[in-house]
Amino acid sequence: MTTAPPLALSVRDLAFAYPDGRQVLYGVDLDVARGERVAMLGPNGAGKTTLVLHLNGILSPGRGEVRVDGLVVGPDTRREVRRRVGIVFQDPDDQLFMPTVAEDVAFGPANLGVTGADLRRCVDRALEQVAMSGFGDRSPHHLSFGQRRRVAVATVLAMQPQILVLDEPSSNLDPASRRELADIVRSLPVSVLMVTHDLPYAAELCSRSVLLDAGQVVAARPTAELLADTELLGAHRLELPYGFEPTRLSGCYGEPVAGAARDQ
Amino acid sequence: MSGSHGDGHGDGLHVPGHTVVHHVPAHAALLGVVAFVLVVVATPATEPLAYAGYALLLGAAVVLAGLAPALVLKRMVVEVPFVVFALLVPFVAAGPRVEVLGVAVSQPGLVDAGALLAKATLGVVAAIVLSATQHPRALLLGLSRLRVPDLVVTIAGFMFRYTQVVLDEMRRMRVAREARGFEATSVRQAKVLAQSAGALFIRSYERGERVHLAMLSRGWDGAMPALTDLRRETVRRGAWLPAAVLPLAALAVLTVQLTTSRGLAP
Ligand SMILES: Nc1ncnc2c1ncn2[C@@H]1O[C@H](COP(=O)(O)OP(=O)(O)OP(=O)(O)O)[C@@H](O)[C@H]1O
Ligand SMILES: [Mg+2]
Repeated sequence: MTTAPPLALSVRDLAFAYPDGRQVLYGVDLDVARGERVAMLGPNGAGKTTLVLHLNGILSPGRGEVRVDGLVVGPDTRREVRRRVGIVFQDPDDQLFMPTVAEDVAFGPANLGVTGADLRRCVDRALEQVAMSGFGDRSPHHLSFGQRRRVAVATVLAMQPQILVLDEPSSNLDPASRRELADIVRSLPVSVLMVTHDLPYAAELCSRSVLLDAGQVVAARPTAELLADTELLGAHRLELPYGFEPTRLSGCYGEPVAGAARDQ
Repeated sequence: MSGSHGDGHGDGLHVPGHTVVHHVPAHAALLGVVAFVLVVVATPATEPLAYAGYALLLGAAVVLAGLAPALVLKRMVVEVPFVVFALLVPFVAAGPRVEVLGVAVSQPGLVDAGALLAKATLGVVAAIVLSATQHPRALLLGLSRLRVPDLVVTIAGFMFRYTQVVLDEMRRMRVAREARGFEATSVRQAKVLAQSAGALFIRSYERGERVHLAMLSRGWDGAMPALTDLRRETVRRGAWLPAAVLPLAALAVLTVQLTTSRGLAP
């Protein structure tokens, strides 16, 4: 027995092929420590979303395993795993299906058996966390895209997950919403795995990055270091925006978040 | 009114307003319309005056609700298939024939077609008034107040929510077509429209799959959780009265008609 606490998330040698025979993941390894924020970078079709769907047991690995806080993801643990891992999908319209925002946010906790006043408190708090209090009675299709994205985050926060998985959270957001979402993510006491093509966003939020291409982890390094390797990025169809200077990044995510949150 | 209801306007078919009709609680309005339609359906085809009476009642409701007649007419377009069907009935039905504009048609068929058309029209207009004066959300709440099973209410809610998503998708596809110079003016372009419809179906289907995954991710195990405690509502006393007036008046019309026509026929 080691004294180290179990990792928030650990993926070991994960391989997966879709039922149509298409092999998408070829032995992926990935770790997220408690309180750590990790970015998963990679070109279109790399298998990022496919990997995400393994993290709460929606897809089952062909080989290898996924552990959440030490718990192996499988049919028996699925319920508990889905409580611990909150996934925010790429398109908020996929996630918001109830007639009102409040009911949508309530959907997850209600599935976990929360009822009555507790349920309402849960909903109010989640909406407050994403600065959407007062929108509870609105229907999702009357919100702007950025607002819908925030509500989608709230639907997941309401379940009080230990790990937040965000699939391309900054896509389609205007600069202000993008920054506000970053503030929200930064303020949460959870581990985060963020899938993104938005390299500055990864640099801003995540101390460590994993580069996935063609179903394999090509690199796993501190974000600033990975982004400084333009050759590596170029080889995997990733580009820094014009004028962005990764060497000046060091420490821009402020305090060593991972360490600080690990103490809690 | 913005605060409590949230959505400003144009939600589904809802036309916001502050009339007595708008203030009827949704469950009462639903019951009122169902009762009215039952009376209409129960009226024998041989009582044309009764249908005229119902039409007047509905006309009054439209005026009271402050709805523009043009809007009501436009929404009546959904009735077109009924009209076509009703027009066919006299030609295919059996029985004694009468001449209409030089063509021999079935007399009972003509009466049946007229009654069918009248019933369909009255039902459609009643539904138009209901959907224009009640917020879709309120209607869903009304259903659950009427003890309609939660599952049914939830499915109706889903349908409402995703109709909006599919409509949005349709609008985007139309914009995409038109941005590239497409105008639906001749039948030859029907092929493009048919292809768009196919694409829309596939998109909606795939959307359904993704929604399902998102639901599973939030711990859904096949049973809809009860969310009724999140629903709050306030109802003014007596606000339901107008909903009762419509079917009761219709019933009165029917009774009067039936007794007078019996009385006249020895
Ligand atoms: N349901 C499916 N059945 C078969 N193949 C699939 C399915 N979903 C995805 N794929 C394939 O798996 C591969 C990886 O897809 P995935 O969605 O994981 O990529 P991604 O890294 O998330 O890409 P993007 O950045 O575009 O979101 C792609 O080649 C895709 O065509
Ligand atoms: Mg993806």
